[in-house]
Amino acid sequence: MSMGMVFALMGAALATALPGVGSAWGVGMAGQAAAGVVSEDPDQFAKVLLLQLLPGTQGIYGLLVTFITLSQIGILGGDPVQDTATGMLYLFACLPIAIVGLISAYHQGRTSVASIGLVAKKPDQFGKAMLFPAMVETYAILALLISILAVNGI
Amino acid sequence: MSDTQYIYAVARIRVKEKSLLSDADVRSMAAMKSVREVLAFLSDRGWGNGETDQTGDDMLADEEAKTAALMKELKVDPKIFDVLAYPQLYHNLKAAIKENISSDTPDHLYYAVDGYGEKEMRRIVAEKDWKALPEHMQEAAARAFDVMLTNQDGQRCDVIIDRACLDASIRAGRKSGSALLREYEESTTAVTDIKIAVRAQRTGKDQSFLKEALAPCQQLNVRAMAEAAAKDEASLMEYLEGHGFAEAAEAMKDSPSAFERWCDNRVIDTIMPQKTNSVSADPVVAFYLARENEIRTVRIILTAIANGFTEDDILERVRKMYG
Repeated sequence: MSMGMVFALMGAALATALPGVGSAWGVGMAGQAAAGVVSEDPDQFAKVLLLQLLPGTQGIYGLLVTFITLSQIGILGGDPVQDTATGMLYLFACLPIAIVGLISAYHQGRTSVASIGLVAKKPDQFGKAMLFPAMVETYAILALLISILAVNGI
Repeated sequence: MSDTQYIYAVARIRVKEKSLLSDADVRSMAAMKSVREVLAFLSDRGWGNGETDQTGDDMLADEEAKTAALMKELKVDPKIFDVLAYPQLYHNLKAAIKENISSDTPDHLYYAVDGYGEKEMRRIVAEKDWKALPEHMQEAAARAFDVMLTNQDGQRCDVIIDRACLDASIRAGRKSGSALLREYEESTTAVTDIKIAVRAQRTGKDQSFLKEALAPCQQLNVRAMAEAAAKDEASLMEYLEGHGFAEAAEAMKDSPSAFERWCDNRVIDTIMPQKTNSVSADPVVAFYLARENEIRTVRIILTAIANGFTEDDILERVRKMYG
């Protein structure tokens, strides 16, 4: 296996691993808050579940970029990477979603915790509470977009 | 324990905060004509055990027990909650020493504190087993006991124990790692120092008394305040006005009850920012303090109504609410 292939696989692995870690963090934190609210007010289950799920999207974005990469580097399709430079290109193309996914999922988790607190006190403010963590999502989507464009452009 | 470990506890507290009494609730209760009416209002809000013939004292005791049970369930670091029990712990010591020397045994004198309740505290004092007390109490206990034994000076005994309590609380607050607790203990000590200075000034105590009684804290220069209090009331007011306690001075000029209200409201102001904090033990501590304040306020209202106070008199005495 060429060094190029190693770098390309490293990129694909990071694209899934880092946002996955961030999402696990975020969903875990929000889950604790959601459980706290439901233990006192079970009627809020549906609302807090939605807020808990928001930081989980980064893991899915990372998975998507990994699939696209694997389908181009000869693992799920395409031609195997022969040279180091191309492998490095795949690695760098995967980095935006890997890094931004990790950090944004963690912060989205914290924002979801705060929003769950808001829903706990004012259930009628659920619409507004959803918007705060959704704002953090913007940056994960931008990173996803750049990673997909970059991987497809190689 | 890291801050994020309290996410579950804080989320539960957020739901519980909805049931706290608001300023409007307090105004409604103050306008009620009988104790029975207030108890019915509180019962509708989930207070007490649901029985219609419950007395005010029983209802408040039930609420205290509910709060204590919730705090145990939320498993907040004991290092944090132990500090909040210091005043009760030192009170038990004071009661046991006085009882031992004067053989006076009034009812309901002791608080139920884990490990240092009525029975254990009586034993410790009777056997002078000061080592059985927490380290921060040992020296003060021995000194206060000697003072009572040799001079029968109850007031000096109080001063020694109260000062040790303040010193221990402020030290524990700083060590707890909780920003709220540190701020709360600093604030409580400052307020208590002001109360002591005011009372000492009004009863003509000298500077040496004040130096022994006042506990140093970050918000006050106790030495300067003791000097001002030893001179006259105007000097004390001037000191307070010039050192960020103008509202306290104003309340003191108004009435003793207005000053007491200012003291409690200042504590509520300290915990108010915790309403927007989601990830530490501080909102749980704030809820506990808010419940204490709520129960104290209801007790004031019940006593005032039972003694025929007017609505305006009651409103002058009730505290700001956290809810």
